[in-house]
Amino acid sequence: MIRVRRSVVIDAPIERVWAVLRDFNSHSAWHPAVGPSEIENGEPSDQIGCVRSFTLKDGNHIREQLLALSDRDHISTYCILDATLPMRNYVATVRLKRVTDGDRTFWHWESTFDVPRGREREFDQLVGGGVYEAGFAALAEYLRRDGRADSRSTASRSTAPVESRGVVARSFGGPDVLQARRLDSPAPGSGEVRLRQTAIGVNYIDVYIRSGLYRMIEPPAAIGMEAAGVVLESRAPGFNAGDRVAYACTPPGAYVTVRTLPASQLVPLPDDVSDEAAAALMLKGMTAEYLLHRLHRVKPGDTVLVHAAAGGVGLLLCQWARALGARVIGTVSTEAKAALARANGCEHPIVTRGNTFAEQTRRLSAGRGADVIYDGLGRDAAQENLGALAMRGHWVSYGQATGPLEPLSLGAKSGTFSQPVLFHYTADHLHQMAGRVFAALRDGILRPDVRHRYPLAAAADAHRDLEARRTSGQIVLLP
Amino acid sequence: MIKVYTSSVIDAPADRVWARVRDFNGLPQWTPFVAESRIEENWPADRIGCVRNFRLRDGGTIRERLLTLSDFDYECSYSILESPMGVENYVATLKLTPVTDGNRTFAEWWAEFDCPAERERALAEQIGQGVFQAAFDSLKKALAR
Repeated sequence: MIRVRRSVVIDAPIERVWAVLRDFNSHSAWHPAVGPSEIENGEPSDQIGCVRSFTLKDGNHIREQLLALSDRDHISTYCILDATLPMRNYVATVRLKRVTDGDRTFWHWESTFDVPRGREREFDQLVGGGVYEAGFAALAEYLRRDGRADSRSTASRSTAPVESRGVVARSFGGPDVLQARRLDSPAPGSGEVRLRQTAIGVNYIDVYIRSGLYRMIEPPAAIGMEAAGVVLESRAPGFNAGDRVAYACTPPGAYVTVRTLPASQLVPLPDDVSDEAAAALMLKGMTAEYLLHRLHRVKPGDTVLVHAAAGGVGLLLCQWARALGARVIGTVSTEAKAALARANGCEHPIVTRGNTFAEQTRRLSAGRGADVIYDGLGRDAAQENLGALAMRGHWVSYGQATGPLEPLSLGAKSGTFSQPVLFHYTADHLHQMAGRVFAALRDGILRPDVRHRYPLAAAADAHRDLEARRTSGQIVLLP
Repeated sequence: MIKVYTSSVIDAPADRVWARVRDFNGLPQWTPFVAESRIEENWPADRIGCVRNFRLRDGGTIRERLLTLSDFDYECSYSILESPMGVENYVATLKLTPVTDGNRTFAEWWAEFDCPAERERALAEQIGQGVFQAAFDSLKKALAR
């Protein structure tokens, strides 16, 4: 058990300091280490037992519960419920006392917790310095600015649009409908942030949206679902100019140099995650996260069948499923892609141009079939998927590259069928999902492989290569 | 029962401030208003229950009994046995807390006592400012770095 104690004198009356600190969700407005934060279940921030869920600027995710709050004694006590940091039994108390001499405030911040042996000093510095002392200085500054959360950006805030260039789909159709244009980025409204984008991810969904298979835009409109960048201006607590961030969200519009969007879609980028890795991983990594950890929880010994195993999501599924102890079977279109899939955790790549894989899948799993199938193929592979499915198996359709699936019966296998949408998962779990992706990246479980980089204006070339199956791994556009 | 509370920040480490104030017989060394002091019956000044008997510069005499003394918490409390102030059931506590930022000391001094209602305001002012704050001010001067 270690104990961390820090204290300071703030040059403001206790009532002003307490008005900020008693709000359990205020920290994203004033603490420089804290990114977006929300109180779960819409509870008020002075509800005893309420839980704040937040992301640190270094990418770690924490859930903390309010245990005690006293307006009489100016005390707030809380504990960590879950954290992506190795801290256990963390209980902290914030206590304010009035300094009658000068009408100032004495602020004492103290906690006890357990950390792995040998890391005590590191955590004393992290919590005492990086959280408590940094918080002291920032709250003092916040109060000097009179509590205006976004006044730092107000100084340089303009209401004018910022010139941006983007790639739009002029109409629905082939890669040729993509055209570079000037597209100005509006000034951020309340709760919004304007970014200068540094890397943009390309996904197969971009092809569906461009072609009109998924009706998510009204042409002419920019397409693209994910990017990384730097905050230019913020009108949202928890984000400041200069912060590195990334997102994967609807509506489409990521193929631009400057973008304004709601801060609720943004994830702060840890220092050790590059812009390219983030652009390559936000959508595909979080897809792998919910497919393997939420929609279906892959266990050691499971047989997993991954289609397009050398593709952007496919490689990540192979890497992560293998790390979870699964037997990974994959389908690919060429021997070269088979070698790539094998190098990324796919024990048994099946090379097939005609979507024939059911018999091999059964053979490779001692006749059992796949406990879970991650299917981005759709219509043309439906019968083979049914044949490859294990008894009581789970068929997950998350893409339909060969066309929409038609209704069919799963009774012969007592099968479960799912047709999930990433954004229905990120709506509630964005920060936890991104946090797990960044942790997997840090642990070397996910190894993004950005083999293809195109200038933003050449997005049409990227689409041509993607559709012709000439690419593998992840693709990014560089503004 | 009324309560008087005074607090201040002293620009010296808490162990230095404590070394000065823990001596129950040391008021003449750090307050501006005590002329001389002794511990009755030759008890040590850090023996719980000892009584300090001190004479103010203005001539009055006060007797106070040591109730608690904690080197661990930097805290002591005492009660008044006799004084010219006209207070009953008077118990006071002096407590120091380290301020890690700048290695300074947060000093608190408070008292609870009974007195006639019409004298509450004047006594609160006299004790809070005339005694506690004045003592803090002279401590600040004595320990200035």
